[in-house]
Amino acid sequence: MAHVDRQQWDVVVVGAGGAGLRAAIEARERGARTAVICKSLFGKAHTVMAEGGIAASMANVNENDNWQVHFRDTMRGGKFLNQWRMAELHAREAPDRVWELETWGALFDRTADGRISQRNFGGHEYPRLAHVGDRTGLELIRTLQQKIVALQQEDFERTGDYESRLKVFQECTVTQVLKAHDRVAGAFCYARESGRFFVLEAPAVVLATGGIGKSFKVTSNSWEYTGDGHALALLVGASLVNMEFVQFHPTGMVWPPSVKGILVTESVRGDGGVLRNSEGKRFMFDYIPEVFKEKYAQTEEEGDRWYDDPDNNRRPPELLPRDEVARAINAEVKAGRGSPHGGVFLDVSTRMPAETIRRRLPSMYHQFKELADVDITAEAMEVGPTCHYVMGGVAVESETAAAVGVPGLFAAGEVAGGMHGSNRLGGNSLSDLLVFGRRAGAHAAEHAAVMDRRDEVPAEVIDAAAAEALAPFRAEDGAENPYALHQELQQTMNDLVGIIRREAEMAKALKRLAELRVRARRAGVEGHRQFNPGWHLALDLRNMLLVSECIALSALERTESRGGHTREDYPSMDRAWRPVNLVCRPVEPAPADPAAARIALVRQRTEPIRPDLLALFAKEELVKYLAEEELYE
Amino acid sequence: MSTYEARFKVWRGDGDGGGLKDFAVEVHDGEVVLDIIHRLQATQAPDLAVRWNCKAGKCGSCSAEINGRPRLLCMTRMSVFSREETVTVTPLRAFPVVRDLVTDVSFNYAKAREVPSFVPPKDLAAGEYRMQQIDVERSQEFRKCIECFLCQDTCHVVRDHEENKAAFAGPRFLMRVAELDMHPLDAAGEAGLDRKRAAQEEHGLGYCNITKCCTEVCPEGIRITDNALIPLKERAVDRKYDPLVWLGSKIRRRSEG
Repeated sequence: MAHVDRQQWDVVVVGAGGAGLRAAIEARERGARTAVICKSLFGKAHTVMAEGGIAASMANVNENDNWQVHFRDTMRGGKFLNQWRMAELHAREAPDRVWELETWGALFDRTADGRISQRNFGGHEYPRLAHVGDRTGLELIRTLQQKIVALQQEDFERTGDYESRLKVFQECTVTQVLKAHDRVAGAFCYARESGRFFVLEAPAVVLATGGIGKSFKVTSNSWEYTGDGHALALLVGASLVNMEFVQFHPTGMVWPPSVKGILVTESVRGDGGVLRNSEGKRFMFDYIPEVFKEKYAQTEEEGDRWYDDPDNNRRPPELLPRDEVARAINAEVKAGRGSPHGGVFLDVSTRMPAETIRRRLPSMYHQFKELADVDITAEAMEVGPTCHYVMGGVAVESETAAAVGVPGLFAAGEVAGGMHGSNRLGGNSLSDLLVFGRRAGAHAAEHAAVMDRRDEVPAEVIDAAAAEALAPFRAEDGAENPYALHQELQQTMNDLVGIIRREAEMAKALKRLAELRVRARRAGVEGHRQFNPGWHLALDLRNMLLVSECIALSALERTESRGGHTREDYPSMDRAWRPVNLVCRPVEPAPADPAAARIALVRQRTEPIRPDLLALFAKEELVKYLAEEELYE
Repeated sequence: MSTYEARFKVWRGDGDGGGLKDFAVEVHDGEVVLDIIHRLQATQAPDLAVRWNCKAGKCGSCSAEINGRPRLLCMTRMSVFSREETVTVTPLRAFPVVRDLVTDVSFNYAKAREVPSFVPPKDLAAGEYRMQQIDVERSQEFRKCIECFLCQDTCHVVRDHEENKAAFAGPRFLMRVAELDMHPLDAAGEAGLDRKRAAQEEHGLGYCNITKCCTEVCPEGIRITDNALIPLKERAVDRKYDPLVWLGSKIRRRSEG
């Protein structure tokens, strides 16, 4: 096997979105030499698409807000399946993480008294989302990117080399996390531009790769979201928890077809936009579930008053958590009350002046004007559910973000599971990235510091990784087209494991996924290794298929509806499932036969919620969520 | 839905050379040029290299030149061309080609590092920052930048003058200097850093002769020339020739703080 370049670092961060960059900043500031590796150019990660804001109980707009209220909202949104300690840390630390961004140059929108403005969002009791118009993700990523540059400038002053202590390997992909002596020892990578292989040796690897949306046909996610971190973790012996919970954002564009799935921010509703069906009815009033009955307005009049007088009125049901709104839209379309292109109407044009719309929702105005010829200040948008976020992910320790069972592996952001339970609230993602990105960076640096003896990755491990990566060039006659395989996978997940799930369909999906897995082994590519998108896709297929199988397996197992998992055959939430996590583990040793099952699914009891946190809820509310035996404990 | 067959010319090749290749390809209602490039990949040219990411005009990855004009592939709708028209897609001209439509944009990342970062005010802790909306709006306009580098590509100072690249940061990074200079709480002055002078002396502001090409190609509609470069030039001139203006501005600033 040809020589593969090796470099030694203390911490390797895979992914350069919000979580990865925040982890890298923390690791570097704590003295670890840190490498960041990302598939796109630096500053282009999917975080850039986040629109609405960062949830943090700074209480700038409503002084009643505090971390306890934020914690409560987060647990309710996740239907109490959240890894509660993560939800607690998140709610406690989010304000500091936002304020810190200002010291790095971020410019949020302001309140009249000059503080950071906060806006309303689904599931949040008070205005809580720090924002910059509807481009908050861009502000976040740019601020973190510029902080990294600032640290590199410091290093340049000191060492004459910008990259001596913090380097970004952009447009590079990790295909395997490498181990030696049963612990993490590095990552096998290729440069997309040249196709050249290299190994980053490090005792600590932080996965911050985001989500899995590219396994679905209609998605708001970019091409990078191929479940890389999920798959890398699983392949190196970690567990994935609660993969059945996939969030379908209620409002994606539905027309024209080429933009189907692109996100329409929840801020549209937070700022006053309403959902109507083809009969002109605000249908969300018909879909307020039992657990939320007391918290939402029962009439349009009350809902409309809430925007100006939130203390004496309840919020409109357009601001229910995303899973509820997505299901409601789905039901309206199915009942024949949809819009011409198969969605429903989202209207701000009759709710506020054109000038206000253009100022508060500039990206949305621009997006509809440019891509759909729709002027949202004059007419309603057509929207429908789109695959947006995976709540499931790598099982981690709450405090350290360490992956359970694999020393030296950490995971933060969307790739990590637990934090959001069965459904994430809008705005809780950006804060999650910062809170747990920082924690992962800190603990990875600490782990690297105590590992005084560095493990060298054995040559045969590297050779095997190189052989796997080169397989698509060796495909023989009858090779499969990776683009065609990808389309089949997306269709399968969309049709059979989508927003509403049925037992027979999921069983069928698992069968198809197994067939695709076998066929994907024969995926072949033309041309050479230099910037070859067909090759890149062929390698990403392994990850998408693995993750899809975890989703389908878990979804088939959980016989209830909760958050981002809706079963037509088990339409209600079942309290008995509350304390149950579904965990996917790799079958070890990995079977040689590609047709054999590679994932083992086990049920795991969740850790009991700490009593002082339970005490934040009224007893009458807890009985709606907790399992019978939990109530007695 | 209506479908037709469009004629495309796409530049294929690498650093050693290449040329335009002809394609005939299906186009559906509502599609953008990036959709067509993806269709070519899936059906005719699986190894056609193109950089893209969000496909929603938010990340600035898919910059290229369409019929000679710098544009985002994902925000250029096919409906802007007539059905008879041949659509020509070429890589950004100001940067070296890596392969096909992908160019080496490392110039921009090098320039980004040369602009000194935000200097936080010493006397304010995190959480104590107070700024008025009207004061942050000027810099916020520049922070809408998605770093697509179309302005860097089109700017005639470097587009056909490789030799100017060393001394010229380009519109994107001169705008970054302006953004920091207009940040209400940037404490660069207190740290002995003069951003206005740096723009002139270190980042090549003087090369810009305000032809507004950068503003014309900006997909975010940022008024780069009018709102960032011209004010920066005016201030740089003020600074250079009128020490009293400079002194006045410093005193005013302090008393506001």
